[in-house]
Amino acid sequence: MNETFMQLAYLLAAFLFLVALRDLSRPESARRGMRLAAFGMAVAIAATLLEAGIVSYRWLTVGAVVGAAAGYPLGMWVPMTAMPQRIALSHAFGALATTLVGVGEYLRPSGVGSLTRSHVAALGLEVLFGGLTVTGSLMAFGKLQEILPGRPLVFRFQNAINIALLTAGAASLVWLVAMPSEAAAFKAMLVIALAVGVLIVLPIGGADMPVVISLLNSYAGVAAVATGFAINNNILIIVGALDGLSGFILSVVMSKAMNRSFANVLFGAFGAAPAGAVAGSGIGGEMVETTAEAAALRLAYAERVIMVPGYGLAVSQAQHQIKELGDLIEKRGGDVRYAIHPVAGRMPGHMNVLLAEAGVPYDKLVEMDEINEKFSGADVAVVVGANDVVNPAARTNPASPIYGMPILKVSEAKSVLALKRGKGKGFSGVENDLFIEPKTTMLFGDAKQSLLSLIAEVKTA
Amino acid sequence: MTSTTVVQLFVLLLAGFVGYQSIFRVPPLLHTPLMAATNALSGISLVASLVLAGSQRGTLATVLGTIAVACATANVVGGFLITDRMLAMFKRAGAPTGTSGRNLSKAEPARSTAELAP
Repeated sequence: MNETFMQLAYLLAAFLFLVALRDLSRPESARRGMRLAAFGMAVAIAATLLEAGIVSYRWLTVGAVVGAAAGYPLGMWVPMTAMPQRIALSHAFGALATTLVGVGEYLRPSGVGSLTRSHVAALGLEVLFGGLTVTGSLMAFGKLQEILPGRPLVFRFQNAINIALLTAGAASLVWLVAMPSEAAAFKAMLVIALAVGVLIVLPIGGADMPVVISLLNSYAGVAAVATGFAINNNILIIVGALDGLSGFILSVVMSKAMNRSFANVLFGAFGAAPAGAVAGSGIGGEMVETTAEAAALRLAYAERVIMVPGYGLAVSQAQHQIKELGDLIEKRGGDVRYAIHPVAGRMPGHMNVLLAEAGVPYDKLVEMDEINEKFSGADVAVVVGANDVVNPAARTNPASPIYGMPILKVSEAKSVLALKRGKGKGFSGVENDLFIEPKTTMLFGDAKQSLLSLIAEVKTA
Repeated sequence: MTSTTVVQLFVLLLAGFVGYQSIFRVPPLLHTPLMAATNALSGISLVASLVLAGSQRGTLATVLGTIAVACATANVVGGFLITDRMLAMFKRAGAPTGTSGRNLSKAEPARSTAELAP
């Protein structure tokens, strides 16, 4: 009876979680859905505390109090710009929790020796994926928080070592399944998983982080599914499947937007930048520099303006300034839209959150496919800290390493104003013909500073 | 393979299918909140952590369980709070709530004609 009660509580929670995911398809219903999910979570936890045969509440209370004390600031105080590292940290927490459950389950006194093969296989997968997600996410956190150097760290035989380690990890899993009571195999696997997590994130650079974070999300989900199998808990299987799929779908979306293959994502072999810089289409030409004054004049009298915020905007945290500039143009009668490339920002959807926080209404944040039809009608497209995602070579030059990458068709706008730090190349090291087109003028300098001077000039225009 | 494992595979299959359908419909606009939300949901591993921490299976299990409870609770509490905080920021133009919404609603009539133009 008690067990049935608990399972019914889990069933309710699972239902509410699915409702929450469905409600996330629209901004209007998303908050309500998440509240239902929170209620479902509370019901599941309460039922577990009442019915799961828990003997002592002392230590779990300690854990819950510590966790809640850590969770509150993680929920309420973290700025939106720090969202990627915050998410990475919570992947690490989630994976650590599942990994520890797996270790505890394997090492329980009645555990070793009485475990069946399928049970041990599930525990093994759980610890393997959980372990690598823990260290991988901590590495990603360190890089995003700039505790660790953000540039890719590469050394000789890196790939060979990674493959050898992965093989060793798989071998210990096989060993464990063959001999379920062999604790050494279990420990070896845990250590290997932790090492693999560090090694796979080492060679990843900052701009590749959206893929890494999504992929780690997916791995955390796999670990949760395995936990569900190991301890015979359906809700963990369900949530793990949702988590894993969501991470997987996001990594596929991200990898497509970054022009990386599906297999590339699956095996996590990202981060290796295309070898060497490749010249542009060879047209040649000079970038035409402009002043804030001249650029502002053009913006002030434009009827339709499309803002194209990129990675550089997120880095210089100029989302409030771009919004202020947009508001000024609108006040003068212009129409302003924001074109959001899927990999703008530092994690999937990050740019939308940054601009929403700055106060840009979400119906002005337009996805790539939709906004691409509108560029030809735009008087000015303002590119702020974006490079590869607006490079026409992705559509026109088959020799370019970014050929095939979906881009924002900025070059179709009547004129382009590009705010750029310097004359350097984009992340992929490819020349950008957009910047030397006759209709394009450049405003060099830090994105925030350039936007501030544009704001000042538009006010007086 | 036991019959329980087979049932679990069915659960995985169906959850995966339903999940795929729902997640695919989440617009890129909400991809960051989606990730925060799945993080919060993954805190459901708390139910397993609680059992490990509270069923007195020895010191090691209790220690591991307590740490697991802390991690999972941090995800549950922090995850739901931050998802809600983020979702609250997504507003339509002219929405009556919030400070930024009020400024925009004043400019709204002038702009909406421009929006209708092709």
